[in-house]
Amino acid sequence: MTGKRIMSFVLIFVMVGLTIYYTFYGAQGWYSPATGQEMLLRTWEHLKLVGIAELLAIGVGISGGLLITRPGLKFLATPVTAIANVGLAIPPLALVAGVSPFFGIGPRPGIIALFIYSLLPVLRNATVGIEDIDRSVIESARGMGMSKFQIFRKIELPLALPVIVAGIRTSTILCVGTAAIAALINAGGLGQIIMRGQSVNFVALMLQGALLTAALAVTLDLLLSETEHALTPRGLQLNKETE
Amino acid sequence: MEERIFQSTWHYINTHWPLILNWTAQHLQMVAIATAIATLLGVGVGIYIAGEGRESLANVVVNMAEIMLTIPSLALYTMMIPLLGSIPGVQSIGMVPAIIALILYAQMPIIENTYTAIREVSPAIIEAGRGMGMTPREILYRVKLPLAFPVIMAGVRNAVVMSVGIAALAVFVGGGGFGIPIFRGIRNLRVDLILTGAIFSSILAIILDWLSGIVERRLSWRSRGGGK
Repeated sequence: MTGKRIMSFVLIFVMVGLTIYYTFYGAQGWYSPATGQEMLLRTWEHLKLVGIAELLAIGVGISGGLLITRPGLKFLATPVTAIANVGLAIPPLALVAGVSPFFGIGPRPGIIALFIYSLLPVLRNATVGIEDIDRSVIESARGMGMSKFQIFRKIELPLALPVIVAGIRTSTILCVGTAAIAALINAGGLGQIIMRGQSVNFVALMLQGALLTAALAVTLDLLLSETEHALTPRGLQLNKETE
Repeated sequence: MEERIFQSTWHYINTHWPLILNWTAQHLQMVAIATAIATLLGVGVGIYIAGEGRESLANVVVNMAEIMLTIPSLALYTMMIPLLGSIPGVQSIGMVPAIIALILYAQMPIIENTYTAIREVSPAIIEAGRGMGMTPREILYRVKLPLAFPVIMAGVRNAVVMSVGIAALAVFVGGGGFGIPIFRGIRNLRVDLILTGAIFSSILAIILDWLSGIVERRLSWRSRGGGK
């Protein structure tokens, strides 16, 4: 854990440092890199895309996952997990491009594509997290006289929480990468700088976008894995360590 | 409006079969070469770092693999261009950088899975092997690897599916595959091209996912001693 933390910090430091270097000293002949102001704006746009899509996906995904694991709707759990797994095999580029003929270009279709893509891991993990809870645990809770709602709130939710957060982490990382691709349909964000650099064939511009996107992904991964660790119940943590 | 989109796409697909097959072949070629090399590399590295007394190295490599997987593919492709360009004698544009980036990604899940699978072989079984007079090499080939096989295969499957998705971006560094119609379509506002690329690359990804799932199940069943 600590090893990964240190390596992530070093990597983030190097990537952000290089981005700053290119922003101020990257000019070459007639080509100039993106200004600091634009970089900040694009980063903000990127975060906004990821944030909106991810919040929607978390809301829909978790409530959907909790809903289809209720006794009456259980038959839905297996097909939904299967569909989510197949959907995740679809290339992000195909999804982003496939959305554009129907919804046009701009931030809105970008968010639609991002939402669809980031919904799948959240939905899958919420379903699997609750499905995988040991039946005997729930049985003993019932034996202790807990009501259905109490079982849900005090047993199912805390036990499934680490798996759900792991799903949110996967989905956020995918979302950051897909948001960069969404610049192809003019959704804004750091991908816009990469695309511009690519079309004028100017390396500094491409690197500005790419390095900062990568730094963003590593940072979010670090933050979310810390959250995941903090939310795992103490007993399960010990279990993991002794394994 | 929607009807026109589908009609023109259908027309395009019907009239351009050779081209579509060509893109499929390019896409498959990239995925096949990359996963083949990545499997060799990944299993090799995985076995090496799982050896006795290499715990700290293993820690570094596994952490690096985890971090590497979080870096967006588009960003990695973009970084490949100047990185490869600075090495004399290596193309920085074309199929080569596309495949190199794919290998970099695809080996990560394989390394991780190989390492954890070998580490998780029960010490009792290894002890039993040693008691039978097996050399460390024999223990590796006849005890550890067969037991770790299903997990390694799961890593390879993961790598295959990931590479199909990432190979679609190869056009960014001048590679081929279904990224070509998608990029061309977006640049030229050709809806039929965009949808052709999107549909076929998705179908390819789903088929390969399904096929590698079958291979995974079949092979791991055999390694448990089920098949004759």
